[in-house]
Amino acid sequence: MRHRLAAVLVAALGASAGCKHETHDVRPAQELSQSPGGVVLSTLFAGGVPSAIAGTLKDSQQNAYAMNEGKRLFDAYNCTGCHAHGGGAIGPALMDAKWIYGSSPENVYQTIVEGRPNGMPSFRGKIPDFQVAQLVAYVRSMPGLAGGFWAPGRNDAMQVKPGENTVSAQAPVRAPGAPPP
Amino acid sequence: MNDALAATWSPGRGLSAWLREVRHTEIGKRFVVTAFLFFAAGGIEAALMRLQLSRPANAMVGPDLYNRLFTTHGSTMMFLFAVPVMQGVGTFIVPLMIGARNLAFPRLSAYSYYVYLVGGLLLYVGFSFRAGPDAGWFAYTPLSGPAFSPGKRMDVWAQMITFTELSALATAVNLVVTIFKLRAPGMSITRMPLLVWAFLVVAFMIIFAMPAVVVASSCLALDRLVGTHFFNHAEGGDHLLWQHMFWFFAHPEVYIIFLPGLGMISAILPAFTRRRVLGYDVVVLATVTTGFVAFGVWVHHMFAAGLPQLGDSYFTASSLIITIPTGLQLFCWLATLWRAPLRFATPLLFVLGFFVTFVVGGLTGVMLAAVPIDLQVHDTMFVVAHLHYVLIGGAVFPLLGGVYYWFPKATGRLLNERAGKLSFWLTLLGFNATFFPLHMLGLHGMPRRVYTYLPGSGWHHLNLFATVASGVLALGVLITFLNVIVSHRRGQRAEANPWQADSLEWAVPSPPPPYNFADIPTVSSRAPLWEEPSARGVVTGLATDQREVVVTTLLDAAPDHRTILAGPSIWPLAAAAVTGVGFIVSMFTPWGLPVAVALGVPVMVGWFWPKGRPTPLHAEQPGTKAA
Amino acid sequence: MMPASGYALAPAGPQAARLAQVFWAFFAVCAVVYVVVVALLLLGALRPGAAAVDEPARLRLVAAGGVLTALTLVGLLVVSIHGGHQLNPMRGAKDVLTVQVIGRQWWWELRYPGTAPDQEVVTANELHVPVGRPVLLRLVSRDVIHSFWVPELHGKRDLIPGHDSTTYIQADRAGVFRGQCAEFCGTQHAQMGFLVIAEPEEKFQAWLSAQRTPAPPQEALSAEARRGQDLFLHGTCVMCHRVAGTSAGATMGPDLTHVGSRATLAAGSLPNVHDHLRRWVADAQSVKPGSHMPPTPLSAADQDSLVTYLEALR
Repeated sequence: MRHRLAAVLVAALGASAGCKHETHDVRPAQELSQSPGGVVLSTLFAGGVPSAIAGTLKDSQQNAYAMNEGKRLFDAYNCTGCHAHGGGAIGPALMDAKWIYGSSPENVYQTIVEGRPNGMPSFRGKIPDFQVAQLVAYVRSMPGLAGGFWAPGRNDAMQVKPGENTVSAQAPVRAPGAPPP
Repeated sequence: MNDALAATWSPGRGLSAWLREVRHTEIGKRFVVTAFLFFAAGGIEAALMRLQLSRPANAMVGPDLYNRLFTTHGSTMMFLFAVPVMQGVGTFIVPLMIGARNLAFPRLSAYSYYVYLVGGLLLYVGFSFRAGPDAGWFAYTPLSGPAFSPGKRMDVWAQMITFTELSALATAVNLVVTIFKLRAPGMSITRMPLLVWAFLVVAFMIIFAMPAVVVASSCLALDRLVGTHFFNHAEGGDHLLWQHMFWFFAHPEVYIIFLPGLGMISAILPAFTRRRVLGYDVVVLATVTTGFVAFGVWVHHMFAAGLPQLGDSYFTASSLIITIPTGLQLFCWLATLWRAPLRFATPLLFVLGFFVTFVVGGLTGVMLAAVPIDLQVHDTMFVVAHLHYVLIGGAVFPLLGGVYYWFPKATGRLLNERAGKLSFWLTLLGFNATFFPLHMLGLHGMPRRVYTYLPGSGWHHLNLFATVASGVLALGVLITFLNVIVSHRRGQRAEANPWQADSLEWAVPSPPPPYNFADIPTVSSRAPLWEEPSARGVVTGLATDQREVVVTTLLDAAPDHRTILAGPSIWPLAAAAVTGVGFIVSMFTPWGLPVAVALGVPVMVGWFWPKGRPTPLHAEQPGTKAA
Repeated sequence: MMPASGYALAPAGPQAARLAQVFWAFFAVCAVVYVVVVALLLLGALRPGAAAVDEPARLRLVAAGGVLTALTLVGLLVVSIHGGHQLNPMRGAKDVLTVQVIGRQWWWELRYPGTAPDQEVVTANELHVPVGRPVLLRLVSRDVIHSFWVPELHGKRDLIPGHDSTTYIQADRAGVFRGQCAEFCGTQHAQMGFLVIAEPEEKFQAWLSAQRTPAPPQEALSAEARRGQDLFLHGTCVMCHRVAGTSAGATMGPDLTHVGSRATLAAGSLPNVHDHLRRWVADAQSVKPGSHMPPTPLSAADQDSLVTYLEALR
């Protein structure tokens, strides 16, 4: 009798609380904007008053479905063409902790949307916002910065690296030669 | 004598005693009640699925929730209801039927229940966290693998499997040893009730089949958590490996569910036909043969996978052959029923319902055994119809008959007979009306596991009919549920043998006292309560101040030695908690297993700590004498 | 006029015909057995008698029943194996058409090899076959296990990653036949259908030639279609779709070079008419939630132009 009561209570709590890791949100209600200035990179605001930031990237960062979609898109949109599977080729490695343009979700979002000097294309208008958010989550899971238990596992192909869920979190550092923050 | 036995065998009162319970009657009832609660949950899932399918392009349930519903429905019914309820019936009835005071390993039976409960709660807590599995109860890779099932959903499934299979293995080992060694003196192996034979065969089947699925689910969990390549074809693994391992377990699993149902029919018929079951030897040999052949048919689930034709043909042959022993059992029961002075009480009605329902499923099974037919109807509603006909017709109907038959023994009260008859007719008609149309839907192209279908498909009317009929089926089952709840408190009181049945469990009061039999009986025939003089021989010389039982030889059940059975203990609950912690934490990190081992060592030490009470030499050796 | 289901017992090809024959043979035997068993049950149960019984005599009847069962099953085994052996009569034929079927979550990619790589036809969700000619299907899966099933033509065959397989089909009459994925493959397994369009040889060859041509050049498009092409090439569409003759060359989604000529959209879920196409392009998730096609947030006028362009891709 006590077991059943406990189960009901846990279920009731669970239904309200931590299911953000496991929902399959196919139409995330994100209101990011790919127009310039849509996502703000700094946490400092003139006058101490934050400007209205359109949307947040937080929702997808700990969501297993979003990260797995990000992994699928990373291959489908040919990010592997320059970054390989994280080890880097003509583009920098993404599975290490060295970040040229910073590791926050907003920074990675801007990298994908704006492009960066020396070869990173701009995907503004080409990849919908919610998919950019999924890619951001996946890219940050490669060095273990996002996802934790919910990061993707190994894929069903020749193994060139272990699954992201076996990577221990690495503290992000500035890549040598990267511009100062 | 009785007071001394009661003092020795009673568990005490209060929550502590309830948690430390090791009596087989109580554990058996807990299994059955918990299993029927899961049955209700599975039924609600089915109702939601049927509502969603009642019309095309329905937006009531989206694809993700539907996939979680049918996965949870299948997993609940197969792993949390069908096998555990048979575990429960076996736990309750086998010691009573063989004249024993308890199962051979009382604490193991408690552990078996607690581990099952943990597994069931894991699945449903997962479901409520939206982490319920969604890749089918059969979890084919690669869909269930790391690449296509993100998150913890399929890890919840894999660990639920581990818990429920551990539980089943524990019960199986317990049943085998109990049946082999604790039978009443004189109950030779050919005088054992047919239900006990069924449980013996099923227990061996569990021991051989369950490890396959534990291995399979562990390989899946390792692929997902650690990155092994059991099912990664690019690195030498194989997706067919999953199918073979899973079905090698899962086909025997359905016979593990089905054979106890057949055993229950053999147990129920004598009371209502006033005849022993004709062809005892045939039924025994048929049960054993079915148990063996069940392990040789699994590829019939994989006929569409493109395996070589010659191999497929062998499995067609074996899948057809397995009909013969089941058919022989049916013919023996028909011979028993034929022009017998039948008493049409609810248990017998459910047995008759079994005949008209299960045979449909058996015959569609014969059709499915043929590769040409299977290639068209595999993975369609035709198979859904078949599996429900054989599982509900072949296992649930006998089970419901068993509920009406043994409820008086378990609780001391009779279930209401009019409600029982109403429930039977609604269940029979509702079931057939729900599932028969599905045969046609499958032939008309409707696949399984679809959350919706197109308006122009022509499937609308049969689906709507099935949905409405499922309401009748639900009502029928609900009436039995209500019957149990009400009769439990206010039913007519039952004497020891309300059905004038023939087996030993009817020799004890209803409900049985904690020690079951005041004197362990001796047996000299297959129907002890019918064919023996009322002055039956009993066993003497057993201590009443310790939990002493007589152990008999395997074949002839001659008294061999005495042993002390374990008493109430907290260690099964502690062991189940450690098992739970270990396997649940290991869903997240492999460190869970070493932690479980570390916690498990003190628990095992506590469990097996020797009870140091010297056994005094008795002046009288155990033997038998006329009462 | 797009069929939304197929009936296994209305065969349109030699294999489905043979499978239906085996089915009816088994059905006849099983129906008789059921009637006999229920009759025995009713005759036995509804005429009560005495409890005593001649056990050896009854057991002889049981044994006879067992022997009869075994003989019947042997007969059925012969019927089954014989039926299975005759399933691919076209195996050695000379005029076999080969098509590669690639199962993907949740649509079907179809490739007709040509004599040279630029002659290959790539299409989606619609398998055209010539009437009366055997078709060899090479079944490959790109992700999870799917199953190719056209009830009116043949039984099903699974597409298992790592286990490429082949199967034959043949349509003996012209018509449109519905197929469906028959192995649970994820969120949108329910909407992974396809059509098999069987047409006379000349019509089939005409279709094949038309499919080989690239998309119409800019000049051949109307002004609105040209606007639509601009939106297509500058928006999200090019990340996933290919239109031969333009710069759009991605292979993640279905090839759209001749999307206007297809009868259905979204793997057989919607008829390919203007309103459905517009709805699919604007918000695919409202039709097939969980599919890999994202919504295309454009203004109403832009949606119209884009759809006009897609319709022009015949």
